[in-house]
Amino acid sequence: MIPLSWYLILSAILFAIGVASFLIKRSIITIFMSIELMLNAVNLTFVAFANHWHQVSGQVFVFFVMVVAAAEAAVGLAIVLAVFRTRETLNVDQVNLLKL
Amino acid sequence: MLHTILFLIFAGICVAGALNFLLQRHPVNSALSLIVVMGSLALLFLLLGAEFVAAVQIIVYAGAVMVLFVFVIMLLNAGEEERTRGSRVALFLGVPGLIALFGLLCWTLSASRFQLGQVQIGGYYVPTQELGIALFREFLLPFEITSVLVLIAIMGAVVLARKERP
Repeated sequence: MIPLSWYLILSAILFAIGVASFLIKRSIITIFMSIELMLNAVNLTFVAFANHWHQVSGQVFVFFVMVVAAAEAAVGLAIVLAVFRTRETLNVDQVNLLKL
Repeated sequence: MLHTILFLIFAGICVAGALNFLLQRHPVNSALSLIVVMGSLALLFLLLGAEFVAAVQIIVYAGAVMVLFVFVIMLLNAGEEERTRGSRVALFLGVPGLIALFGLLCWTLSASRFQLGQVQIGGYYVPTQELGIALFREFLLPFEITSVLVLIAIMGAVVLARKERP
């Protein structure tokens, strides 16, 4: 028996670390991975509340979040490939023009 | 008691992996520590009675998505990232806002902890059958729309990653 708020606080810690790495990191790929970390923290909240209210819907929503995350990763990594092909860099500070 | 011990072990691994993700400079090290975070989150899902979600977390996230990330890191030969001026601005403006956000979340959660109640192992368990019934009856329309989204994402990824013909 542990309080539900422990799970929610763990989720808040993971989300905060995700936001921090989104702000601090300079590599495009690592920034994408911090988005995945934030989505995982939200998934933990969904499952914890599904447990609390005894509802299946929370777990079904986790699947939708996973599908959207997978689609986002596929498209985002394709964009990273295209950016690297034209700019020859992965540092976001040097990617500040829409058109070369 | 058992639940407390298991929760503390896996929550500790989770937070340690996330901090390692934040502190490592090389993208491959960050990706591997993110896989550790996802694995221990799957075990926390098991503690919450969501066994199918835990399996999908391992297969889809730690298996497919992170392999894609590691593959792209190795394809692009990404080295260690360097510190630049923009990152210092983000450090000095972003981190206080982040601490404020985190403090607000923790304050809200600890203020309402008596309404939230307790969790116990086996208190709520979702069989895969029940999950499938909910997914294919109640959530059938979102499911079908999601399949269209995935199709568009596949085509977009193929178009974006294709080499431009001269």
